[in-house]
Formats: sequence, C-alpha cells, structure tokens
Amino acid sequence: MADFFHSGWSIFIAAGTLLSILACFIVAWLTSRAKTATSVDGVVESTGHVWDEDLQELNNPLPRWWLYLFYITCLFGVIYLFLYPGLGTFAGSLKWSSSGQYETEVATIDEVAAPLFAGYLAQEIPAVAANQEALAMGERLFLTYCSQCHGSDARGGRSFPNLSDNEWLGTGDPAYIKNTILNGRNAVMPAMAAAIGNTEADLDAVANYVLSMSGSNHDEALAEAGKPKFAVCAACHGPEGQGNPVIGAPNLTDDIWLYGGSLNSVKTAISNGLNNRMPAFGELLGEGKAHVLAAYIWSLSNTSEKVAEVN
Amino acid sequence: MSTTMSEAAGLAASDQDELQVESRDTYNYRVVRQFSVMTVVWGVVGMLVGLVIAAQLSWPELNGGISWLTFGRLRPLHTNAVIFAFGGSALFATSYYVVQRTCQARLWGGPLVPFTFWGWQVVIVAAAITLPMGITQSKEYAELEWPIDLLIAAVWVSYALVFFGTIVKRKTPHIYVANWFYGAFILTIAVLHIVNSAAVPVTLGKSYSAYAGVQDAMIQWWYGHNAVGFFLTAGFLGMMYYFIPKQAGRPIYSYRLSIVHFWALIFTYMWAGPHHLHYTALPDWTQSVGMVFSLILLAPSWGGMINGIMTLSGAWHKLRTDPILKFLIVSLSFYGMSTFEGPMMSIKTVNALSHYTDWTIGHVHSGALGWVGMISMGAIYYLIPRLFGRKEMYSVRMIEVHFWIATLGIVLYIASMWIAGVMQGLMWRATNPDGTLVYAFIEAVKATHPYYTMRFFGGLLYLSGMLLMLYNMIMTIRQGRQIVAPIPVSTGRQSVGSAAGVEPVAQS
Repeated sequence: MADFFHSGWSIFIAAGTLLSILACFIVAWLTSRAKTATSVDGVVESTGHVWDEDLQELNNPLPRWWLYLFYITCLFGVIYLFLYPGLGTFAGSLKWSSSGQYETEVATIDEVAAPLFAGYLAQEIPAVAANQEALAMGERLFLTYCSQCHGSDARGGRSFPNLSDNEWLGTGDPAYIKNTILNGRNAVMPAMAAAIGNTEADLDAVANYVLSMSGSNHDEALAEAGKPKFAVCAACHGPEGQGNPVIGAPNLTDDIWLYGGSLNSVKTAISNGLNNRMPAFGELLGEGKAHVLAAYIWSLSNTSEKVAEVN
Repeated sequence: MSTTMSEAAGLAASDQDELQVESRDTYNYRVVRQFSVMTVVWGVVGMLVGLVIAAQLSWPELNGGISWLTFGRLRPLHTNAVIFAFGGSALFATSYYVVQRTCQARLWGGPLVPFTFWGWQVVIVAAAITLPMGITQSKEYAELEWPIDLLIAAVWVSYALVFFGTIVKRKTPHIYVANWFYGAFILTIAVLHIVNSAAVPVTLGKSYSAYAGVQDAMIQWWYGHNAVGFFLTAGFLGMMYYFIPKQAGRPIYSYRLSIVHFWALIFTYMWAGPHHLHYTALPDWTQSVGMVFSLILLAPSWGGMINGIMTLSGAWHKLRTDPILKFLIVSLSFYGMSTFEGPMMSIKTVNALSHYTDWTIGHVHSGALGWVGMISMGAIYYLIPRLFGRKEMYSVRMIEVHFWIATLGIVLYIASMWIAGVMQGLMWRATNPDGTLVYAFIEAVKATHPYYTMRFFGGLLYLSGMLLMLYNMIMTIRQGRQIVAPIPVSTGRQSVGSAAGVEPVAQS
C-alpha cells in the first residue's frame, strides 16, 4: 500500500491502535475492581476530600450497564478492525475498500442500464427524441449536469448559451450537439481594438454598426462611419454579419447577445475579445448518456411535428 | 463531618472578616467578572450573527448584495463568535473562578491575568473585522489569519501559565476533578492551535498552510474534532463538575467514574478526527481507525453525564424550583444525546447518508445550544450574583422564562435540521433504475426551505432568551457592587462548615 513508505509504519499503526483499545479496556477493568468504601449501614462514603467549603465526592461503583457498554464498544472495535482495513496495511478479512464499494455500486447499475443505453445508441438522435421515456431520462440528466450553467429551463444566461431557441453558434444538428457534450467547446474571439484603429471613436463607430445590423438602438451616423471598418470582422462573422456555424462565429443580426447587447458590452467585446469554454463531459457521462442528453437538448428547440418529420 | 470542626471553621472565618483584607489574601474576582460579563455580551452578538445567516438561508436577498454581509463571510464570524468569544469567555470566567476557589489560592501570574482578558478581546474584535472582509485561512473553526493566530497562541500560553501556576501554589492537598478537565482543555487547545495554524505568511492578511493535500485535511480535522472534544467538551465538563454539585448542594456521584471517563475521554478523542473525512482521499485504514475510536468514545462521554445527573440523586425535587439547576441538568441531557448521536454518525454507512447534509448542523447545535450554551448560562447565572455581592439574580423568574424559551428554541432548531438532513441525504442518493438521479440538487434545496424557516424561528427564540439574560445581568449589576472575596485560611480536608467562612466582603 502506498500509504506507507516503510513497512515499520504499518506495524506501528497496527500495534498502536490495538494497544490503545486494550488500554481503554484495562483502565475500565482495573477501576471497576476497586472496592467501594461503605459505612456500617451500607451507605457509600465520600473520598474524604473537601474543596471550597462543601465540594465532596462519593465513590459509587461504576454503573454496570455503563461498564459493559464500554467493553462492548472496545470489543466491537477489535472485531471491526479484523473485518475492515484499519490496522496498517492489513486489508481486513472482508477485503472491503471504499473505492471497491464505489466500483461495485457503479457496476451494478451499469449492468441494468447498459442494455437500455445500447438500445438508444442504436437509434438516430431524432428517433430517441421521439421516445418519451428517453426524453424524461434526458431531462433528469440535464437537471443534474447541465442546469448549473444553462439553467433548469435551458434558457442560459450571460455567457451561457440558450439551448431552447433553435439559434445555434454551431450548426445545431443532433450530431453537433452530441459532439459538444462529449468533447466540449472552446470559443475565442481575438481582441480587435488594434485592427479597427485603436481609438475610442473607431470603437464607438464599429460597435454602433454592429448594433445596427440587428436593428438594435444605435447612432446612425456612427454606424455609417463604422461600416468600412467592419471588414476585419467579416472574416469570421461574414460580410452581412450573419455568422459562421462552421467555426462557431455568432450571428450578429439576430438580436441575441450572449455577452450583453448594450453599447458598452459590445464595445468591450470588440476591444478586449472574448474567451469562453464549455467543459467536455464525455469521460464523466459516457456515450450512452450523452446520446440521450443530446436528444433531449435537440428536442427543446424542435417541435414534436418537426421530430416526427425528421423521423 | 464533626460539628465542632465546622463551628471552629466558621468562627475562624468570622474573625478574619474583621481583618483588613489585603489583595494577596483575596481571590481575583475582577477578571472573573470581566469574562462573565463578556460571555453574555458575546453570546448575544454571536447568536445574532447566527440568526442573520439562518435568515439568509430562508430569504437569500437579505445580504443586500453587500459582500461583507454574505453567508460565506458571516458564517465563520458566527462560529468564531459563539465558540471562541461566547464559549471561550465562559471557560475563562469559570475556570479562573473554579481554580481559585478549589485551590484556595489567588490566580498566579500578575500581569498575565489581565493580558489574557484584554488579549482575548482583541482577538475577538480582530476576528469580527477580518472575517467579514474575507480574510481567512479557509480552515473551518481556524479561519483567522496568522497575525491573529500568533496573538491567540500568546494569550493561550499565558492562560496555561496562570492556570497551572495557580494549581501549583494551591493550599488544598488534592486537585479537584473540575481542574483536571480545565487543565486538559487548556493544554490540548494550545497544542492543537499551534500545530494546525502553522503556515507560511505571504502578506499580513494571507498565508499558506504548512501542510498540503490530504495531510492538511487530516491535520485540520484532528484539530477540528478536538476543538469539539476539548474546547466544547472537556472544558465544559470542568464547568459541570463544579457548578452542578455546588448548585445542587450534593457530592459528586462517583470519584472513580470521573477517573475512568476523564482518561478515556481525553485519550480517545485524539483519534476521532478522521470520521470527518469518510469516503474521501483519506486512506481507508485511517477512516476505520477514526470510526472505531469514535464509537469507543461513547461510554467515556456518557461517564460525565452519569456523574453529573446522578449527583442530583437525593435532590431531584430542587429541579422543580431552581431554574439554574434546570439549565445545568438539561444541558447534560443534550450532552448525552449529542454524544450518542456523534458516534452513530461516525459509522461509515450512517455517515454516507448524513455527511454534507443539515443533519450535521442539527447535531452540532444540539451540542452547542443544548450542552455548551445551557451549561454556560447556568454557570453564569450562578456566578453573577456572587461576583456582584447579591444573593441572587435580579429576577429568578426571568431565568425560568429564559430556560423554557431556550429549550423550546433548541427543540425547534434540531428537529427541523434532523428532518431536513435526513431528507437531503435520501434525496441526493435516490437513483432511478437507469442510474440517473431522481432529484436535481435544486429540488432538495427547495424541499429544505420550510425547515430553514422553522430553524430560523428556533434560533430567534434562543436569542430572545439570551437578550433576557443580558437584561437580567445588567439589572443585577446595577443593584450590586464589585466585591472582594477573602481566601479562607483553613485547608481543604475536613473543613466543611458554614458558608460564613467565605462570605464576601464589600469593597470599601
């Protein structure tokens, strides 16, 4: 066992533990054997010591039930340490370990659930999305693993995409969703301050132009001035700002703002760039659960008619 | 006891009353008074902070968006205030009183004595400032940063010197059992605090623990559990061993029981820390050893309860009329209850259900409100009139009311946390046949909400009782005067006699 860098420590632990239990037993046993001083009429006498005027001590015998309780716990300790790991490297006669218990519990459930997931994995994701039982399972998985960021209703929040509106940074097809769950996503928008001219006026102009694309509140003149500078943004967001699902560049015309749609938020994004990351869940969930989860998420933005149509 | 002996003692003492009392012949009541008053004050403050965070769990918007008032900052302030400010002051006050009176000696240490008082108050105020600022070592019950830790160490070593210095110069032949417990508590807390707080300072408000990873966790819970075992148990057992026999007017039930349970308790507690780390990265063998000794701890813990409660045999009727005795005895029943519950929760299979739930919070508070709180209140109600030259508190009826409010508050508090805790444990572990969880985390939070509200009202009752105590104390002090108590000349053995021997003398 890697807990000890020298076998002597294991012996030290084992001996120290057993001797300590023995010591508890001996202290109780020796004290219980001492004679109780009683006066002629059988009344327990005090020890004869007095403190602070009137503090005295009787010397009643140890209550039997208490003494036996003490013995029983000591005995239990010894038996337990024989059955379970505790005495240094001795693994215990039951060969129990906490990691072993965990693996057994997981294996037990996996055995029951494996055929179920195998069945789902054999189907296309839209087909799974048509299965009410699978959707219910997907919802439970979503509430356990996804809702912390994307919200219980999947409508997301600042920097966490809304998964229910059928507007996607990527393609939004079922395979894309499953891939995102399994492998995560990294999003990077570079800082564009230098590329658009580096002055506050340039920033204001481009930001107003970006806002104008979705018909948001903007200054017409500034937007007009910003239009030519948008050329450097078009590389990713496209000349009309419609975005590029292949690289996950957001559509700027749909009035959906992952990082806020105020003039200031847009300016900050252009000036400093953005970094975002969705963690990979493949290792934690396995492909079966990710498959069911993808079906649930896909179903959120696709009506039952659509689901039926695809199937 | 022979009548002639006690008459002689009484006579000798009344002669002494007429002598001019010099300071070296008197007990140091000044520091006891200071700590007693601060016990009540810090009790009100600490419990108020507790009530605020209990309210925040029910109504989260109550922090007003101010970082200083958020749960994460106020929670350590609450625990530090009730354990170290309220409990600590109660321990200082009673141990200083008890050690002097049972040793028949004035506190040793000269300027060290006021240093322990003022030093401790500075520690508390520093905690009240730094914790809301978010300055923390992130070790539970040891959150204070290194400069404050150093001051704590200095105060604590001074405390040990004063206490043991007084024991050394005692005039009684034997060391009274209460002092064994106080002594064990003082020594062990010094060791625990210094070892666990070892850190590498970076700036004035930031340091890194001297230990890493699972070793750090193990040392933290070795400290953490023994803070419970020695600060909140051994120290308060010392209190119990003086104030129960005094208030009941009965001898301690069994000397030999006190011996066995003392040694077994202080020895076994040291092993129990790993039960805070069940099913973690801590090696299995360490967890098992921690669990085994936690179970063995049951009988030694109960030894103190038996000794306290059985001390009342022959005087049970006093419980009907004496509210101070009610506080003291009911505190022991809560002590017995939580020291039964603790070993049960340390069993791995039980812990798998209870760990991280509010059951733990309920367990802690049955010990904290029921045992530590009530025994301290009983002891302080006993002390205040004696320190301020009164026969009894301003209103004994108010003590009675306090007792019932507090008891009701505790029952509401722990019952709601038990239900909430077991419910959370069951909801968290519930799985569907397909292996998915039945409940998302937030569903357990939602289900807990009504119990958080119920707990808030339990806490409100408990705090109200404390406010009543504060009022009662202020009125008693206003009617009273600071008194000087002479040390009787007779030594302990067979000197039982009339109380006149140590009747306090008014300060002129």
